Amino acid sequence: MIRIENVSKSFGKNQVLNGISLDMNEPGVTAILGPNGSGKTTLIKCLMGMVLPDGGEIRFKGDHIRGKHLYRRDIGYLPQIARFPDNLKVKELITWIANVRQQPDQRDKFVEAFGVSGILDQTLGTLSGGTRQKINLILAMMHDSPVLVFDEPTVGLDPVAMVMLKNLIAEEKRNGKIILISTHIMDFVEQVADRIVYLLDGDIYYDGTIPDLKEKYGKSSLEKVIVSILSQSVEEVSEPTNGMATHPKVFI
Amino acid sequence: MKEILKYTMYDVVRSKWAIAYTVFFALLTTTFLLLSRDINSSIISLMSITLVLVPLISTIFSVIYYYNSRDYINLLLAQPVARKSLFLGQYFGIASALAVCIAFGLLVPFFIFNLAGSGLIKSTLTLVGVNIMLTYIFSAIAFFIALKNEDKVRGFGLAIFSWLFFSVIYDGIFIFLLAIFREYPLENMALAGSIFNPINLSRILMLMQLDIAALLGLTGAVFTRFFGQSFGWILAMTMLLLWFVIPLLGIVRRSMTRDF
Repeated sequence: MIRIENVSKSFGKNQVLNGISLDMNEPGVTAILGPNGSGKTTLIKCLMGMVLPDGGEIRFKGDHIRGKHLYRRDIGYLPQIARFPDNLKVKELITWIANVRQQPDQRDKFVEAFGVSGILDQTLGTLSGGTRQKINLILAMMHDSPVLVFDEPTVGLDPVAMVMLKNLIAEEKRNGKIILISTHIMDFVEQVADRIVYLLDGDIYYDGTIPDLKEKYGKSSLEKVIVSILSQSVEEVSEPTNGMATHPKVFI
Repeated sequence: MKEILKYTMYDVVRSKWAIAYTVFFALLTTTFLLLSRDINSSIISLMSITLVLVPLISTIFSVIYYYNSRDYINLLLAQPVARKSLFLGQYFGIASALAVCIAFGLLVPFFIFNLAGSGLIKSTLTLVGVNIMLTYIFSAIAFFIALKNEDKVRGFGLAIFSWLFFSVIYDGIFIFLLAIFREYPLENMALAGSIFNPINLSRILMLMQLDIAALLGLTGAVFTRFFGQSFGWILAMTMLLLWFVIPLLGIVRRSMTRDF
């Protein structure tokens, strides 16, 4: 379904992606992890056509995506920042996105699930950060897209909404969807993800399953593995070999 | 594009700044109509103020709206919509909302004072029309500058400078050149200089409509002769159209190539 081949991107002198290749064909949840500035959001934005790669190519259902927009009918996207036009009402925003997409939607199901039916007539500028994130999730999920791309979906969510999100992700997984999540919350990743793609300095440092990753590093939790990887990375940078910091790719 | 335009317009029209903009023009028009017994001079006074304020407000509003919308532009870019449609829809939404504000602010007092039958309706409509054209032109220039500059402060500064250039600096340079070459016949140069500035062009079109170009003396006579001909009118409208189309092409081109 999704093939990312040798994609590179730099912003000025800052090389953010160094020829990344990744396939996502099987249903399930893939978590894209990595420290701040590792290229997670840039990679996701390349897939969404918001950032134009300097090199490499991205294919969706076998077709190149560059300069195209209709492929996004099959993707539900949750942006990192939940901000909307301040003077529109919640229901108007939902209708707007539905009208733009011209696809059947399940808005009632998700409005009910996130408990926001009481605020549909409120203007978006008056909502709290957590409530805006719930609206963000409704917009991303309501079109029953076969691919879901979530950039930091847990930001600002209360525990009840967090449980609801996990349940909905599990349900979507059972429905055979490909779900791509970028997050820093390791407990959340351990509970929902089938596959981990760990980015470090614009490269894929690890691509595999959580149990295999834990076994390799001999740690009991994903959080400890990540700390271990980052400590190792810091040591490599502070004690460079042949003047270069190296991040060996690990594939399991 | 239609959906983006429609909802952007909803958003802008409901903002407190747009409401304040409408009320300001309504109060201004009412004040002039009450203070002056001569409607013709009210229109001229209004013209002097709106030709400065409308480009300024259109510039500021468009730049601020674009930079504020950056927070949710990713949500729209993630939908199956071409970038061109998205940004043109957004631009037309902002400019059309401002145009509606101006039309209401200027026209409602004229109708309240029952001036529709005064014989000056044509001049009033020209005043509104000229200001709507300036709204679309300066919103397009400002939107293009904002799209071109990631840095908000730089984008805002450049947009304000573009307004300052056409409102003040251009005329300064123009008068300076007229003073230097005063020994020579300057009518054609004055004509050419006016055509390349959308604010000056709008002012002249307005003066022609009010039939007071004679106040401009010899230059006015040249303008009357030139713009009185259908060729002059067509050229003036073509230039205004170009001032609208060129930034619009810039918006399309820039929106296709930049990262968000």
